[in-house]
Amino acid sequence: MGCVEIRGVSKAFGNVLAVDHVDLVTNEGEFLVLLGPSGCGKTTLLRMIAGIETPTEGEFVIDGRVVTGLPPRLRNIAMVFQSYALYPHMTVFRNIAFPLRARGVDESTVRKKVEWAAGMFQIGRLLDRKPRELSGGERQRVALARAMVREPSVFLLDEPLSNLDALLRTSAREELRQFQRRVGVTTIYVTHDQVEAMGLGDRIVVMSQGKIRQVGTPLDIYRYPADTFVATFVGSPPMNLLEQEDVLLGFRPETFLPADAVEGSEGMVTWPFEVTYTEYLGAERLVYGNVGEKSKGRHVIARLPGSLTLPLDTGKTYPFAVARRDLRRFDRKSGLAVPGDAA
Amino acid sequence: MTSPAVSPPSPETERAGILDREGTLAKLLIAPAVLYIVAMIGFPFVLAILYSLSSSTTGDPSLKIVGLRNFGAALSDPVFRIALRNTFLFTLLSQAIVIVLSRVLANALMKAFRGKWIVRFLIMLPWTAPISLGTIGWLWMYDSIFSPIDWVLRYLGALGSAAALFGPQTNLYWLGVPGLAIASVIIVNVWRILPLATVIQLGGLSSIPRDLIEAAEVDGATPWRRTLSITIPLTLPIVSIAFLFGIVFTFTDLVVVYVLTRGGPVHMTQVLSTWTFFKGIEGGDLAQGAAISLFMFPVLAVVAALILRMARRTEVV
Amino acid sequence: MASLGKLARRGGLYTLLGGFAFFSAFPFYWMVIATFKRDHDLFSPLNNPFLFNEPPTLDHLRLLFTETHFAGYLTNTLVVGLAVVAITLATAVPAAYALARWARGWGETLGIGIFLTYLVPPTILFIPLSRFASYFGLQESLWSLILVYPTFTIPFCTWLLMGFFKTIPKDIEEQAMIDGLSRFEAMTKVVFPLAVSGILTVVVFSFTLSMHEFIYALTFISVSAKKTVSIGVPTELVRGDVFQWGPLMAGALIASIPVAVVYTFFLDRFVAGFTMGAVK
Repeated sequence: MGCVEIRGVSKAFGNVLAVDHVDLVTNEGEFLVLLGPSGCGKTTLLRMIAGIETPTEGEFVIDGRVVTGLPPRLRNIAMVFQSYALYPHMTVFRNIAFPLRARGVDESTVRKKVEWAAGMFQIGRLLDRKPRELSGGERQRVALARAMVREPSVFLLDEPLSNLDALLRTSAREELRQFQRRVGVTTIYVTHDQVEAMGLGDRIVVMSQGKIRQVGTPLDIYRYPADTFVATFVGSPPMNLLEQEDVLLGFRPETFLPADAVEGSEGMVTWPFEVTYTEYLGAERLVYGNVGEKSKGRHVIARLPGSLTLPLDTGKTYPFAVARRDLRRFDRKSGLAVPGDAA
Repeated sequence: MTSPAVSPPSPETERAGILDREGTLAKLLIAPAVLYIVAMIGFPFVLAILYSLSSSTTGDPSLKIVGLRNFGAALSDPVFRIALRNTFLFTLLSQAIVIVLSRVLANALMKAFRGKWIVRFLIMLPWTAPISLGTIGWLWMYDSIFSPIDWVLRYLGALGSAAALFGPQTNLYWLGVPGLAIASVIIVNVWRILPLATVIQLGGLSSIPRDLIEAAEVDGATPWRRTLSITIPLTLPIVSIAFLFGIVFTFTDLVVVYVLTRGGPVHMTQVLSTWTFFKGIEGGDLAQGAAISLFMFPVLAVVAALILRMARRTEVV
Repeated sequence: MASLGKLARRGGLYTLLGGFAFFSAFPFYWMVIATFKRDHDLFSPLNNPFLFNEPPTLDHLRLLFTETHFAGYLTNTLVVGLAVVAITLATAVPAAYALARWARGWGETLGIGIFLTYLVPPTILFIPLSRFASYFGLQESLWSLILVYPTFTIPFCTWLLMGFFKTIPKDIEEQAMIDGLSRFEAMTKVVFPLAVSGILTVVVFSFTLSMHEFIYALTFISVSAKKTVSIGVPTELVRGDVFQWGPLMAGALIASIPVAVVYTFFLDRFVAGFTMGAVK
């Protein structure tokens, strides 16, 4: 149940290839995140899975059935849009009941299911209200209830948290995750926010310019990015990249520490680090600076935990290091990761 | 967590149908409108051209093509030349007046004041009431004996005595003297289009983002400078559209002239529309009528192209 | 002293507005007076035309409704208006929706093309159309008007509705399709209910535009009983060579004011349609 296969799908809008030969298979019951910057094709891909956009080439298979060419209503999927798309002229009850009534389900069953879905999201008391009377968070829950009421095999979400206040977003994220774990529906979630992706996803699909760059668990993607795009897109601040001959050396800011503080049984690489600027963020300290000779200075960021109280003055140079096991190498021309130990 | 059991309809039994197919459905929905327009506007238009090249009359309506004879006959007809001149004269003069007045009025209506709805209703009346009926009102205004305008002029001493401003006669023959008749028609055209032009201009003025005006105030621009550098350039597309539509409505109008003067006195207020009517419909000379009406087409085509150009430029910010 | 300047400007504003309102409305004010003025009062050039010098009378109204075809004109106008509304709704609403939503690129162009046919004047088309009317035996019939009036209501209303449909978010229809409706059902069951205001505008404009129309009515109808109010009043209320001013003004007034009131409410939408949505 809930297995989506995307086979060789491309989508062109005129001369622009929005989605470029994508292959992907979901695992049953997983929370899969499509992550990437605006215009990378993630939303187009989601809309094609839903059936509101048709691919230029390729196939979609849901639960073993080829759905390419079928209209959305025959695919047994549910979708929540960024705007929630609640029917403004209907009450919450009628909104949630809509998918059932559209399929001719009898009234008593409709009532039971709507109450069940509303209960799942704790919006039972809102059933008689109209969408314009609801807050952002309440609307989101109504949209989710409406999506769930049909018990679809796949659940599609298009940036549903971006319309919420920052504070609300974190708690909504948590609730969404717990809800998905409880119900176990395969969920495909689109976002440009890499923090959200890391927090929610069982697996993350990183996309850029219509292509998939990497598919993996959050930890995999973070620790072993497949190319420089993934390395710099995921993680804030992004991975440091230093040019070295025909290779780019990558290391995460939190692995770049004063030489004394680095534990590296396999050894470490040391550089003189000239501090240009420091940001005190409470739990941590971001130190910006240059590595290497002044004339060829390369800009890097170090991320020091708050517990490390070593004073670092602007303008001064200190020995900093990265453990060898934390170094990554990327080919300078292609950007792809080069496996093996760093020099 | 279980829910009440419901078996979904088996997808295999449902097929995507015509009501799902975007392309086909789109064409089906657009078809009636397009077919109607082709049949009732496109086809007659072609027919009008054919008639103009023929010798048809209501007595013998067959389409015998005779070439450009009708256009030549029109051009050598002195009444036609008057009609042609008048069409341009009435249109350009009345619309020039309208553009200025509507701008003034629109600015006034932008301000807050009491009784706005009543004022708006009254000002809109010439456009919102049926044109023929509004013009009937003017027919009385211009009556050769009972005109209230003349009455006021007599009351003020500007008419009716030897020393009067407008002369010793008791009435100005608004519709009987050629110059006055022309002025009368122009006045009614102004009267009719002013409300439309005002509302269009009002819309244009209100769509200028307040930020721009406030920024200019902060920068120290005087009201005159603000008008010159911000308001006028930004509203130019809208003003042009108002002007162009006013031109279309006045240029092709038959009602005002027909109701007021029937084209008189002695054809001095004929316009292309009325002359077409008198020649082609009342007179039964279909070919001549069609030819006369087609003289309007080039101007309309140019105006249509200009309207399109202006509409493309109306993205204010 | 600032308040004096302000007062002067206020005064100036009211004078200006009053002047314009007077200019626009005085023929109608005149109609009100003439409707109720006795003939003797009306036709004495020395009497002040703006006041009732003799007590008002209902004679003109009585004459209008009992001795002329005015009531018939009103009925004819109503019949034509409603029929034209029906035809316009049936053609313009689906077309506007399809053009706004589904026809990428060519939809916009076709929509503009349809709108531009609004600019083809009746005075070019009426000669061929009068031949159509006689060919189909529709002369002197209200059907000639009913079938011809959509030539101006359809182009205009299609364009108006296109702009209107574009303001309804696409999301809602896509959601409806995912929730189980076909594209056609999504249009009829979700979008149209949300478009009631736009559809109402089409109804109002189709009716008022039909009511205002003069040229085709003059061309196709000459039998008095079949006339609409727009041509009936100016052409029929004449005895011999003399206008019956009282009833004439009464007729003009009755036919003008209700339309004007309704039209005024919808004027902003009308203008939005004209300026092609540029005025938001």
